Amino acid sequence: MRRKADASRGAFFGFVRKEFRHILRDRRTLVVLFGMPVLMMGLFGYAIRNELENVRIGVAGATGDEVARRIIQRMDASSLFEVVEEVTGSDGIEDGFRHGRFNAAVIFEPGFAGALQRPGPAHVQVITDASNPNTASTVQAYVEAVLRGSGMEPALFQMRYNPELKSAYLFVPGVMAVILMLVSALMTSITITREREMGSMEVLLVSPLHPTQIIIGKVVPYLALSMINVATILLLAAFAFEVPIRGSLTLLVGEAFLFTLCALSLGILISSRSSSLQTSTMIALAGLLMPTVLLSGFIFPIASMPAPLQMLSHVVPAKWFLIIVRSIMIRGVGLELIWRETIIIAGMTLLFIGVSVRSFKLRLE
Amino acid sequence: MADVPAIEVRELTRRFGRFTAVDAVTFEIRRGEIFGFLGANGAGKTTAIRMLTGLLQPTSGDARVDGLDVYTQSDAIKRRIGYMSQRFSLYADLTTRENIAFYAGIYGLGRSDIAKRSRDVIETLELTEVADRRIADLPLGWKQKLAFSVALLHEPSIVFLDEPTGGVDPIARRQFWEHIYGAADRGVTVFVTTHYMDEAEYCDRISIMVNGRIAALGTPTELKARFATDSVDELFVRLARGRP
Amino acid sequence: MNSVLVLLRKEMRQIFRNRTMLPIIFVMPIVQLLVLAFAATFEVRETPMTLVGEAFGPDARQLVAEMQASGYFDVVNRTTSMHEAERDMQAGRSRVILRFPADYERGGRLQVVIDAQDGATAGVVQAYIGRTLGARRTAPAPVEIRPVHWYNPNLEYELYMVPGILVVLVTMIGTFLSAINLVREKEIGTIEQLNVTPIRKWELILGKLLPFWIIALFELAFGLGLAWIVFRIPMEGSLPLIFGLAAIYLLSMLGLGLWISAITETQQQAMFISWFILVIFILMSGLFTPIESMPVWARWLTNLNPMAHFIEIMRRVLLKGAGPEAVFKQALMLWLFATAILTLATRKYRKVAG
Repeated sequence: MRRKADASRGAFFGFVRKEFRHILRDRRTLVVLFGMPVLMMGLFGYAIRNELENVRIGVAGATGDEVARRIIQRMDASSLFEVVEEVTGSDGIEDGFRHGRFNAAVIFEPGFAGALQRPGPAHVQVITDASNPNTASTVQAYVEAVLRGSGMEPALFQMRYNPELKSAYLFVPGVMAVILMLVSALMTSITITREREMGSMEVLLVSPLHPTQIIIGKVVPYLALSMINVATILLLAAFAFEVPIRGSLTLLVGEAFLFTLCALSLGILISSRSSSLQTSTMIALAGLLMPTVLLSGFIFPIASMPAPLQMLSHVVPAKWFLIIVRSIMIRGVGLELIWRETIIIAGMTLLFIGVSVRSFKLRLE
Repeated sequence: MADVPAIEVRELTRRFGRFTAVDAVTFEIRRGEIFGFLGANGAGKTTAIRMLTGLLQPTSGDARVDGLDVYTQSDAIKRRIGYMSQRFSLYADLTTRENIAFYAGIYGLGRSDIAKRSRDVIETLELTEVADRRIADLPLGWKQKLAFSVALLHEPSIVFLDEPTGGVDPIARRQFWEHIYGAADRGVTVFVTTHYMDEAEYCDRISIMVNGRIAALGTPTELKARFATDSVDELFVRLARGRP
Repeated sequence: MNSVLVLLRKEMRQIFRNRTMLPIIFVMPIVQLLVLAFAATFEVRETPMTLVGEAFGPDARQLVAEMQASGYFDVVNRTTSMHEAERDMQAGRSRVILRFPADYERGGRLQVVIDAQDGATAGVVQAYIGRTLGARRTAPAPVEIRPVHWYNPNLEYELYMVPGILVVLVTMIGTFLSAINLVREKEIGTIEQLNVTPIRKWELILGKLLPFWIIALFELAFGLGLAWIVFRIPMEGSLPLIFGLAAIYLLSMLGLGLWISAITETQQQAMFISWFILVIFILMSGLFTPIESMPVWARWLTNLNPMAHFIEIMRRVLLKGAGPEAVFKQALMLWLFATAILTLATRKYRKVAG
């Protein structure tokens, strides 16, 4: 009896070692697994920005008009706008929009300065290229604000948590969720399906290893890999992008660990139910990638989506994890405020594991 | 033309990094003969075949197939040879008829030729009932026979068979060799690799490859006499152990 | 040339016999268009808001009613305690705190606290509040502004996103599927049987890529049709122009798929690397976030991204009715990339192993 247990344990560690070796040998996949987080961090930290900048404006009716010119200078001076050319006529504007030379045209009525002195309002037309609705509404709002030029601030504004409105604060926590989910789920589903396809799964099942040990053995390397990714992302976040970790680091890592388990169990579920490697990878990439990136609140606010999609987002584990990560990192919140989300993720993990175990048992019989 | 060897190989070598798979191998294959290229798994047989069929560039040495140089005239060579890979390489999701039509088309056969050859192959191999079923549904033995026929579709002068009878039962193996004899009778030179030593008896001449080198070359009878063994199997074991 | 046709016929047969392929071709565009187009929006809606104040006079109530009517805000809590409001924000239950001072009706200033995690949304909220307040508090404005929105008068986000989504759709087929298809033959060994035939390299490449070129263009047509039915997207410009440029764009993406197949050994690797590269392209294409907002070096890099150019072409031609002269620069870049990528990829792909 004891000998069998020893043999089993020895076999288990040997198995785990073999799994590690498999991964380390596939250099191309390794590049993607480790390179992806760094790359995404780089892109989302530095290049991908939500805030509007460098909106190009065409103007008309400002020559010779002191007031109009001063207004235009003010607009040009702000980082939001860049006045690029003078437009002539409706055709000129259409041409400018079509060639992408500017995003909006601000047209002062002739004799603007004079019109200001006279009773009645002076007119300014703001024509926006609304093919990009975001730019259009922001330009309109800003121009209105500048033109009204009320000296007094209508309200006291305070931007909490992110006074400089940096995009990185929104995206960086999301990168962690996306990477963990994708890497863990994808790799686990692939490795188990591949083993099964190659037939070596049967060999393993006949060995002194218990099926649970096999699954754990396959999962452990990816758990380690994911934790390395978490560390990388947090380090980059803190030092390269100055995204703070205002809450407890331990809690953050603990939640990341839990989420990784969730993702891994999802990977196991996918592999237990798909018949071929191609199917499992397709499901993982398409069925996981899209919801995780789109419906989790990573880039696009869930509140902005139509109701059916908002409901759908509830089943995306990454959505809950994102709430947790953002709460801890940006708002410095503790477990007492995110325990609900934590339980949801734990529940999902148990559900995935439960269904997988059932599927596996059925398969083997 | 008759006395130009079908295949001429001189000091042919292939290295992968520091590992030498084929080590300065030299031999000649005569036209119309059935030549068995024997050796254990990993001895370098597949590498050698891949160099001769233009799938792999040799590291050094010379080789001429049907009088043409493998380095510079590999496209011309490909028109004159047939090949059956170790791994089953017909399209499993296409039917027998579709596979035949495809390869015949690639080799430039005209419509009527394709129709005729297609009929011939299907009848000869007795595949009429399953001609329109996907190959994936055929048993292994029939798949092998089909792959062999496809290799001969364009009537090549030399055909390379890499482990054509792998994983097939002994009766099916014998039947397959009947087909090989049939081809040889029509004047096709057959270059076949195998690790089944009993199949050596079916060949006109054989060579035995050990660790990338040719350890013996000759007719089965000659070699058995020279090394004083009763079977090629025994001969191989002795060579493989390094005791000539 | 005959070999190309023979190969093309076989490929089409295999593609359509593949059970997973048909759903991908037909279901994927539908799902992508619907989910992506509706999900990918930065519109501000129903932002949870907490009101803090001892009492709310008529001015205050009118302001709140206006804000709720705009659809931007959703009042989730009214309280007299700032501390409770802060707690709401900390817990993520509310994103905006509007604190009305006791003297608000007499001109006291509103205090607005915005959760700025999402910087862009926070900015929009601030701008909206500022504008609303500005409009009410100052004397009749000396300047009257007449805003006119061209091409998209209702500022529908879907119109902006859909052309770009169609590009992503078509790219996935062009790169992803073609790379996998090529590597699959490598992986199962059938490519050897092809390599041993006298088929020329260019014939092989053409025969293998052509089916995906055709399918991708078909997808574009299918997607456009769907987009027109579901979203009523405008088709102001010339459709032949779009398809012509799409054909060139696809050459680049197919070339990319070819290159990926040449550097990978298994389908799994091909999938990963295609995915990796496509994600970079998509992020740097201006699809989700504007290129103008990127730092200078990133903006320069987007010039090297064929997807960015084609998305811009789609937006200009479909939404604004731009003609060939307006998209000339982008078309030229597409042409240059197609040539470069295809040349590189063809050189990398070998019939004879090293």
